[in-house]
Amino acid sequence: MRTVLFQLLVGRLAIGLATLFIVAIVVFSATMLLPGDVVEVLLGQAATPEAIAGLRTAMHLDDPAPVRFVHWLMGLLQGDLGQSYVNNLPVADLIASRLPNTLRLAGVTAAIAIPLSLFLGITAAVMRGTPYDRTVSILTVAVISVPEFMTATLAVLFFSVWLGWLPALSHLNHVDSIGDMMRVYAMPVISLTFVVSAQMIRMTRAGVIETLDSPYAEMARLKGASPARVVLRHALPNALGPIVNAMALSLSYLLGGVIIVETIFNYPGIARLMVDAVATRDLPLIQSCAMIFCVGYLILVMLADIVALMANPKLRG
Amino acid sequence: MFGFRVPLPSLIGLVVLLAWAVVAIAAPLLVPYSVGEIVDFDIFGPATDQFWFGTDYLGRDVFSRILMGARVTIGISLAAVTLAVVAGVGLGMLAALLGGKFDSLLSRFFDALSSIPNKLFALVAVAGGGSSIPMLIAILALIYTPGSYRFARSLAVNINAMDYVIVARLRGESFFYLARAEILPNILGPVLTDFGLRFVFIVLLLSSLSFLGLGVQPPLADWGALVRENIGGLPFGAPAVILPSLAIASLTIAVNITIDNLPRKIRDRSA
Repeated sequence: MRTVLFQLLVGRLAIGLATLFIVAIVVFSATMLLPGDVVEVLLGQAATPEAIAGLRTAMHLDDPAPVRFVHWLMGLLQGDLGQSYVNNLPVADLIASRLPNTLRLAGVTAAIAIPLSLFLGITAAVMRGTPYDRTVSILTVAVISVPEFMTATLAVLFFSVWLGWLPALSHLNHVDSIGDMMRVYAMPVISLTFVVSAQMIRMTRAGVIETLDSPYAEMARLKGASPARVVLRHALPNALGPIVNAMALSLSYLLGGVIIVETIFNYPGIARLMVDAVATRDLPLIQSCAMIFCVGYLILVMLADIVALMANPKLRG
Repeated sequence: MFGFRVPLPSLIGLVVLLAWAVVAIAAPLLVPYSVGEIVDFDIFGPATDQFWFGTDYLGRDVFSRILMGARVTIGISLAAVTLAVVAGVGLGMLAALLGGKFDSLLSRFFDALSSIPNKLFALVAVAGGGSSIPMLIAILALIYTPGSYRFARSLAVNINAMDYVIVARLRGESFFYLARAEILPNILGPVLTDFGLRFVFIVLLLSSLSFLGLGVQPPLADWGALVRENIGGLPFGAPAVILPSLAIASLTIAVNITIDNLPRKIRDRSA
């Protein structure tokens, strides 16, 4: 049986890698659409034809697209992300200075959002149909139906403008104490938590309700087990697979949220780096950021798949 | 309506949708001030009798700008969702009817496309193609075609296994006939609800793009762009920031509650 699980895991991994390859093709070809010649942009109007031709050769721009694609992919694999067109810095350095900020934001958000949504999702499922459940459901649907920037602006309006508790913007230069740090991260983390938790609560609630409706949960109820016992001993262990799966999938919503939240709060993370790169059409930077985001996203989705497989007792050896 | 009892929430949703549709069509007749005109020296002004939704960061009338923004947001989103659903349903029915290699290749391809996070896809595509309105429509349609394809295909595969389709096939009917007369009528209800949900996703993505400054470009402004240009008024709680967001929310929530409360017969996805 262990081999079946192993084969399935290897299969998931292979699918993940194949997807990543297709993503690389899409990212590369989308940036090929760019009108205008990169070299002429780089050298400006005064460039001589010789200089243009020379730089073109140096940048391998005269090679056919598939050759350039392979070059680019090989460079990525070896950690050579190229140079930014805009300020000529190595893309790897730009990303290295921003990535930890984004990871910290995502990490803190996950650490708050996961327990919170587990609690709200499970309690809402157990108290299905009560006013509590309906309130949670309506709130989550409301958050999901509106754009992330609205959730974030409303959070700022509420916590910073009306209550005056927190500063509206993030600046990382004056972090001296833990109190400072909490104030810097508070608004971005609160906004992101709203966005991500809504998805998680919905999925958790659905997963728990499904197991509570199953024949064995009903059996447990009929034989007189206490409600707490039915939920904790009978329903939850079986709902664990779907729940963890839901967590990993929802965390991939972090990505969309991060792009908006970093922009609103002026947070120096990699998502804002990418949005700025799109605005200035800095291709190497866009490509690298897009690949990093996709890798992160695919890892989360793959994790969700693997957990779902592992949680299936039929596949456990 | 249509022989079904329409529940109250659906009715409210429909009324809001109809109102926005009227606004989108008749906006130039409804606006009290021209959208580009600076009507007040007071920037981020509060709501008054004269300016119902206050004034924006240049002192323009927010109410007029939101009414005109409805055209841009709803127009682009409707065009994109129509393209996406027509392409997705067409290819989905084709895949279900043809089966075999065509089906599995197309499905794999769309699976790979849909594994790219939407916002990221949009950012990369905008970086490559720019943000002219036809380009935005094409990008949004491309991003939401895979989902529509997968949805329509799974419905069509079920219908394809029905006896009457097999009989029609044996009669020697053409692919076009099978798709139009046998499959499409049977998947139309769920496909229309999917159209509505996809419309919401597209409105949200378009607004987010415009909010990032990468969607609709000035002088045109959709609701996302209105929030962006007035974000400076956030510390003062200016209506110019809040009301365009509320406009988006009213539209998306109206679509959602209309669909959620539709009679099961129309909306049932396992049809």
